[in-house]
Amino acid sequence: MVRFLGRRAVYMAATLLAISLVVFVIVSLPPGDFVTALEARYAVQGQRLTLAEVADLRVRYGLDGNILQQYWHWFTQIVLHGDLGMSFEHQKPVREVIGSRLGATLGISVITLLVSWGIAFPIGVYSAVRQRSVGDYAVTTVGFLGLATPNFLIALIFIYFSVSWFGSVPSGLCSPEWCDASWNLGKLLDLFGHLWIPMIVIGTAGVAGLVRIIRNNLLDELHRPYVTAARARGVPERQLLRRYPLRVALNPFVSTIGWVLPLLLVGDIVVGQILGLPTLGPILLGALKSQDMYLAGSIIMVLSVVTVIGTLISDMLLGWLDPRIRLGHQR
Amino acid sequence: MTLKEKQDRPDEAPAETGRAETGDGERATASQRQLVWWAFKKHRLALVSAWLLGAMLIVIVLCEFIAPFDDRHRDSEYTTAPPQVLKLWDTDGPEGFQWGLHVDGYTSTQDPRSLRITYEPDPADRVDIGFFVKGEEYKLFGLIPWDRHLLGPEDPDDPMYLLGTTTDGQDLLSQLVYATRVSMSVGIIGVLLAFLLGIVLGAVSGYFGGWVDNVIQRVIELFMAVPAIPLWLGLAAALPPDMGSVTRYFIITTILALVAWTGLAREVRGRFLALRSEEFVTSALLDGSSRGRVMFRHMLPSFSSHIIAALSLSIPTMILAETSLSWLGLGLRPPAISWGVQLQDASKWSVLSGAPWLLIPGLVVVIAVLAFNFVGDGLRDAADPYKH
Repeated sequence: MVRFLGRRAVYMAATLLAISLVVFVIVSLPPGDFVTALEARYAVQGQRLTLAEVADLRVRYGLDGNILQQYWHWFTQIVLHGDLGMSFEHQKPVREVIGSRLGATLGISVITLLVSWGIAFPIGVYSAVRQRSVGDYAVTTVGFLGLATPNFLIALIFIYFSVSWFGSVPSGLCSPEWCDASWNLGKLLDLFGHLWIPMIVIGTAGVAGLVRIIRNNLLDELHRPYVTAARARGVPERQLLRRYPLRVALNPFVSTIGWVLPLLLVGDIVVGQILGLPTLGPILLGALKSQDMYLAGSIIMVLSVVTVIGTLISDMLLGWLDPRIRLGHQR
Repeated sequence: MTLKEKQDRPDEAPAETGRAETGDGERATASQRQLVWWAFKKHRLALVSAWLLGAMLIVIVLCEFIAPFDDRHRDSEYTTAPPQVLKLWDTDGPEGFQWGLHVDGYTSTQDPRSLRITYEPDPADRVDIGFFVKGEEYKLFGLIPWDRHLLGPEDPDDPMYLLGTTTDGQDLLSQLVYATRVSMSVGIIGVLLAFLLGIVLGAVSGYFGGWVDNVIQRVIELFMAVPAIPLWLGLAAALPPDMGSVTRYFIITTILALVAWTGLAREVRGRFLALRSEEFVTSALLDGSSRGRVMFRHMLPSFSSHIIAALSLSIPTMILAETSLSWLGLGLRPPAISWGVQLQDASKWSVLSGAPWLLIPGLVVVIAVLAFNFVGDGLRDAADPYKH
């Protein structure tokens, strides 16, 4: 197990290094650098930076060396000082901009993840156990549709119906009268009133994918000889299902943590954009559009790190759950 | 449906192969391609989808002819007008009952307070429609100048908006036809690019094995570990905003391909690894064939149907990615039209609530994605005709 963990940790470090390179390339791709962009911005506002200020800024962001030195400067600033650079769009350090919104983003993502697990599991099990029933066909059809529909389209459809039925769209995370109130039942209910559209939009593709995986995994297991043998010995269906096949079918919950996280993020960009949520998605989109590259690059970096850590956690959990994976690496 | 379900109903499979024209003798002498086709035909949904994709290909090729109007056609008189219903006969015309393909024109009313103009179909205003009518001039295949359109109003100035108009007063149907060309080709070209990368590296990796395989696999794993979506977004956003439409189109396609090739490379590598020790490979080598010849002339054709299935299954991802990127404003941009660009029109809820037809391009996205998925599934099931 220690060797397994060691391997994964080394591998994770290499991945993070690679990601940081890619992100740096993205950050430095647009023509001009941070200081020239800042100068242009000041010029639009009718202000000017003195030469000393410019030189000062260039040194601070390490912009005068060659590309490798620039990368090294950027990388060490992050690792040693936690300095992600400045956002010229928000006129604040990137760390502050991200920090103020990371909580809501992770909160919505985790709630959505838990809810989609809660929905996907019973549906997946049902449609595998009752294979080729009417319910199974319905589930499979809806699943296909869910995977084929881009999530912004789902959001648009929801908005259309929400406007035609209720006359408005619940935007933000809370209604004005509850926003400043302390936490109580009313505020909680209000929060859920606002959360359901984001959750459906963000979660649909994930639920559809999970249901499909669980169904296929469980179907694989249900036709194994050991199941037939157990059934022949007279083990009741329910107990039979619960004892073995379900455990194996549980793997996807753990193994998909890694790829579900970025999926949640895309949902967040779309929903945050339409419903004005205080999350990272809209900020990332804004930063990308105005080529506020330190901010955009940092958000991409943070999200990639979260994904990689998510993958590591899921690998560890999987190794702990499933001896075949744990031992397979020790050969 | 999935592979498993196919295996679960063996009772259905031989029932159809036992028909007269595909009797045992014929089956024994049929070529592999024939066998795959017979197996594919049994997959009803896949067959329908294949026809649908064929129709879309025709739309891509003949798009200028099929669209009633030019992609730059703009009618400021009718903005956000609702779809018209195609009618075959008229009962309340001047001569009573009368045959003839037509649509109703519009009457507009302006809300005195919001100043918003709404359009209603007006049965009194008849717009005659014909096939192969004269309209705006265009160049078919970019070469042959012509001015006929498959379907259009007899008088080119009359309104015929079968799917309604956009907020700019453009014909949604014509735009959709042009967008189909762009969005479908992004998917297809992108997958072909990814495939080229994937097949070369996958083949090298799977055939040679050893340290070459190790290096290539580690690189692939690194690529896979970088989350695809933020990478797409970042790369697309780093493009200069004043780039020309055509350049942008190719760069976006390349970005999509760069992120997608790893899965295909894995698939190819797995097949090569499995085939490496087969007798026909050894005998080809003993015959003095070069390594490249063994790889691409002997091994590759033996699993080409698997590859086609994998390709068909990865096109939808590309299409969805392009649509989302463009909708977010990071992919293709107007004047280029793709499904995602079209759907931007529907993103304001004040507009959308009065004009649900703006969502029609979304329906086409879903249909195209489903069709590719079904064809891919059907091919994957049919790819191994000797399995049963």
